[in-house]
Amino acid sequence: MEMTTQQNLTADFPTAAIPLLHDEQLRANVRHATDVIQEKRFVRTTEIPDWQPLRDAGQKIRAHVLANLDVYLEQFEARCSAAGGHVHWARDTAEANRIIAALAQNSTGRAIKIKSITTEELELNRALEAGGIQAIETDLAELIVQLGHDRPSHICVPALHKNRHQVRELFVREMNLPYLGDQPEDLTKAARLYLREKFLTTPVAISGANFLIAETGGVCIVESEGNGRMCLTLPQTLITIAGIEKVIPRFRDLDVLLQVLPRSATGERMNPYNSIWTGIYPNDGPREFHVVLLDNRRTEVLADPEGRETLQCIRCGACQNACPVYRQTGGHAYNSVYAGPIGAILTPQLASMQKGQSLPYASSLCGACYEVCPVKINIPEVLIHLRGKIVAAKPKPARAFDPEAIAMRAMQWIFQSETRLKLAQKFGRIAQRPFIRASGWIERLPGMLGGWTKSRDLRPLPPQSFREWFAQRNASRGRHD
Amino acid sequence: MRIALFIACYNDTLFPETGIAVVRVLERLGHTVEFPAAQTCCGQMHYNTGYQAEAVPLVRRFVEVFRECDVVCVPSSSCVAMIREHYEKIAVASGDKLLQSEVATLLPRIYEFTELLVHRLGVEDVGAVYPHRVTYHASCHSLRSLHVGNLPMRLLKNVRDIELVRLERVEQCCGFGGTFAIKNADVSSAMLEEKLQCLKKTKAEICTACDNSCLMHLQGALHRQRETMRTLHIAQILASEEAAATGKDR
Repeated sequence: MEMTTQQNLTADFPTAAIPLLHDEQLRANVRHATDVIQEKRFVRTTEIPDWQPLRDAGQKIRAHVLANLDVYLEQFEARCSAAGGHVHWARDTAEANRIIAALAQNSTGRAIKIKSITTEELELNRALEAGGIQAIETDLAELIVQLGHDRPSHICVPALHKNRHQVRELFVREMNLPYLGDQPEDLTKAARLYLREKFLTTPVAISGANFLIAETGGVCIVESEGNGRMCLTLPQTLITIAGIEKVIPRFRDLDVLLQVLPRSATGERMNPYNSIWTGIYPNDGPREFHVVLLDNRRTEVLADPEGRETLQCIRCGACQNACPVYRQTGGHAYNSVYAGPIGAILTPQLASMQKGQSLPYASSLCGACYEVCPVKINIPEVLIHLRGKIVAAKPKPARAFDPEAIAMRAMQWIFQSETRLKLAQKFGRIAQRPFIRASGWIERLPGMLGGWTKSRDLRPLPPQSFREWFAQRNASRGRHD
Repeated sequence: MRIALFIACYNDTLFPETGIAVVRVLERLGHTVEFPAAQTCCGQMHYNTGYQAEAVPLVRRFVEVFRECDVVCVPSSSCVAMIREHYEKIAVASGDKLLQSEVATLLPRIYEFTELLVHRLGVEDVGAVYPHRVTYHASCHSLRSLHVGNLPMRLLKNVRDIELVRLERVEQCCGFGGTFAIKNADVSSAMLEEKLQCLKKTKAEICTACDNSCLMHLQGALHRQRETMRTLHIAQILASEEAAATGKDR
């Protein structure tokens, strides 16, 4: 049952989607999970009178941060250091991995981890392994992904593509528990027993961050299980990795962000565990605390005024749950740790538009993502902007022979003249004849257009266009109305 | 009132009956419909596919054709969304101050067909008769770009003898998305199939919407699957006086 869907990790979105579209179990899991979360989100966002003003406030805070990122990052560094933390700057994933692997060295050869999509961006677990350290995921969903040698499919609910029967089978196999039940309590109990020993014996923990607070130098993490709290309090060394965009100006900005985040992410008024810590404390918690601030091309994204708002994201995953495209394929089709609408705009930008070029096209531009985004990222607008970048970057000779570019140029030429449009309409009526079947419809088209007739027929062009009808009517009325 | 009609390139070519219906409805309400013949395309397909530079001359052309018109009626939400959401930005990017000011003054005069009827003309009952079972598909652009809300339903509810059935998951995209349907044909087809399952449950004879683009997509699959349900632009229902033909009293 595990890994039923074999994946080509370099395939573009349309190709990677195909095997997933045939995985009925996965699709049923994704539909069910996203429906449940969306229903909860709907209740939690409509029960308060000021949801839209809260979104506005969230958007303003995040946009303000991006406009003043240098100031707030330096402020965070100063305050965090003053409180006893060590701040490291990492230009790219390699540098971040080097820093973390060096800091995480310890006698047990293990490190426990809190769910962090940023560490997935780094492929940190692999880098740690190369450095002789075994990373142990402690978030239940991440543990499921890790034990199954799988990949996260959602930024907030990484094992969303699995149901509990599949999780049971995995635990039976990986934890050697032949009599395990498949109720949620059975599964969480098994995970608890498995993890408790790790919490108590591992001296190093690695976390991500939901927010870095510039004003205090503090770090904030929200979670549902309490396993994160274990990682934050039990080990002697705590290493936090965060993208530079995670900083917020003031402690009181959490007032807004800790409302919009849980309501959007899990449909909860508040997360069960909200941890905020600042530096180190004598005789309490970790003795050593490090923050690694990751750029990895975020400054490049920041430099593009039209792509910049992508960095407002607070990683709630609401856009993924609302997306009708994600709904069909789940997250793996995106071949990126950031899937769904936010992944479609973030992934290619974090790769300087050199990878993930099919992702901005993996959207019908339906706008459901924008509607639910708690910080009002206009994802459809950014998608269109990135499509423009991709087209503009196509080298001239390639463009000359690209069927899509040729079609677009031809259409533009036709649309710049009424006469040409009329001729094109006439030509279309003749050219379509060989394709019209006995049903009177077009059932199969060649080339690019064949995508349409995979599942859809096409009604042929009617004998008269609207403009011809209108002109004929005016003529018969002698142009007197 | 003199109303200029922007028919939209695909309606002009593929769905002339929708334009004819728009003309019938507006004339029945006592208005004069003009069709500036130089019009072609709003540029949406180019713009949304990433050919933004190629869209600019089409935007200019649209503005030139319609700048003198008091009221422009567009029976296509997605074209209205293109115009409202992107024309200002395109004009600014072009650096042409005149184009910017012309776009700014033209925008408030552009109405999607149901917006025109309810908001500009103040009509909710257009005197239509349509004795059929009908379900309404809320196109993404009408719903989330134009925010037409219940305007189409208000108009449909006033149609005599119509039987309206609610569509499940009415806010979910049908999977058309312009070139998305071709570039991501398999995912688009999966989205379409889910929409079709909801449509079939309604047992409606007709599925209507404010966009022939979605309807072309739905109709294409209904035809492929040999379903009897047909699609019809809302203007064609509002133009209908079918009862006269079936001998019913008006």
